Amino acid sequence: MTTTIETAAGAAQTMVLNMGPQHPSTHGVLRVVLELDGEIVVKAQPVIGYLHTGIEKSCEAKTYSQAITLTDRLDYLAPLSNNLCYCLAVEKLLGLEVPKRAQYIRVLLTELTRIGSHLVWLGTHAIDLGAMSVFLYTFREREEIMKIFEFVSGQRMMTSYFRIGGLALEPPPGWLDHVSRVIDALPGHVDEYEDLLTTNRIWLGRTQGIGILSASDAIAMGASGPMLRGSGVAYDVRKAFPYSSYDEFDFEVQTQTAGDCFARYQVRVAEIRESIKIVRQAMDKIPAEGPIRTVAPGIVPPSREEMKTSIEGLIYHFKIFTEGFAPPPGEVYQVIESPRGELGFFVASDGSAKPYRVKVRAPSFINLQSLSKLAEGRLIADVVACIGTTDIVLGEVDR
Amino acid sequence: MESEITDKNPVVHKLREWDARAVTEVIEFRGETTVLVPREHLQRAAEYLASEPSLRFSFLSDITTVDRFPLEPRFEVNYHLLSLDRRERLRLKVRLGGSDPVVHSVIPVWPTANWHERENFDLFGIRFEGHPDLRRILMPDDWEGYPLRKDYPVEGYR
Repeated sequence: MTTTIETAAGAAQTMVLNMGPQHPSTHGVLRVVLELDGEIVVKAQPVIGYLHTGIEKSCEAKTYSQAITLTDRLDYLAPLSNNLCYCLAVEKLLGLEVPKRAQYIRVLLTELTRIGSHLVWLGTHAIDLGAMSVFLYTFREREEIMKIFEFVSGQRMMTSYFRIGGLALEPPPGWLDHVSRVIDALPGHVDEYEDLLTTNRIWLGRTQGIGILSASDAIAMGASGPMLRGSGVAYDVRKAFPYSSYDEFDFEVQTQTAGDCFARYQVRVAEIRESIKIVRQAMDKIPAEGPIRTVAPGIVPPSREEMKTSIEGLIYHFKIFTEGFAPPPGEVYQVIESPRGELGFFVASDGSAKPYRVKVRAPSFINLQSLSKLAEGRLIADVVACIGTTDIVLGEVDR
Repeated sequence: MESEITDKNPVVHKLREWDARAVTEVIEFRGETTVLVPREHLQRAAEYLASEPSLRFSFLSDITTVDRFPLEPRFEVNYHLLSLDRRERLRLKVRLGGSDPVVHSVIPVWPTANWHERENFDLFGIRFEGHPDLRRILMPDDWEGYPLRKDYPVEGYR
């Protein structure tokens, strides 16, 4: 891939340096073309697309249900958030309402996803800045969360657990005990990470006052999630446009006003604690029994029992898995708060069984656009801190 | 999908009061409002929606295209706007013909549009007039064709 770099006017002494696409601190295959004046970054241009796999085009060749598996592979640190957003979009297109029990289970699992994703972010960000031990601790806790996903859905990462109209399977008995064991231990672990970092002088030196994004710049650049809240804008989709019964949960939107790397760190750590609160509330709310799928013949597969005992059930089951279903023509845009920010799915239907167009509004993609603003004028070592707190997942950036 | 000119939505009402030529059609579907804007009025309408104190659509969430090939005008460019303080969303839609898919850039209004417009140029071949750096973004620079167009095969050209 060739990239033409415009150099700053009159700066004959600058040097152009390629950072990535194979560089451990770029979290995948991000390439940043840096124009340097000594150790100062004059210009930072992200170059992306190395992981482009045409997921949006592939979605157009699959039925609505089949496309769920592709959404797992966008933001692979938060597959359940992607599943949720896509399912909500298609459900909106169909006008389906999901049973409360399934909604609460969805909330619980997406909040666990948020915790898991923030843990990966914290560990990798700390290792980028030289704090090795945090990485080992966060991955230990994340592993416990992955075990919950495996227990519930059968898969650690590519879960595809949320389906159109509800969930894929009834969660196994005893799963909530498992969740509660993990969740009860977490606040203590978060305290441990904070002990290691929050007042650590090296950590403060590497993050405070670095990569500052003002509130007006953040809005102008379309930044969302912790990037936006770290700059003092209290916008969280879960509060602003509640979905999946989030309006019944009690939690605070975490903000910081400094807008630097440290503020974004504080926001994410506080969000882990808020998510723990939401998970606890969800555990109390989830009824022990009840439907996990809505009843919508021809769209949502019937239960196993019904499929085996009634002829209609068998016909619907067969038709759903061979032909799929056809939503009415129209377009919807569904937005949720993923760990990285405002995740949006635009789904257009032409009345056939395959989506006419699926567009992913990937928060990492938009947040990455602010990188030039964060890094320019700073030292080259600060670029690493800036990429870290942007919290990108290249699978989602490049799609 | 109902489609009629209606002033039920206060935002649409304001927009029509400001300039009736900027609204050709209003679509209400599943609680979402879509306003069809002629392309010559897009940039003005965007400025108005972002700056009008009672509307404040200061956040551009997304720009995306739908290719209606072989219908003409084949392209629909959708702008998803968000008002952060008023908690309201709005979709602007611009229809563009296949022989001349050009529309004004909205970067002066929302700087975030830069990468969005590059993406739509890259995958659909929509050209954004006034864009400072309209290059491919996801596909390699020397790629031929626009992969998300409907006349581009899913397997690619081999």
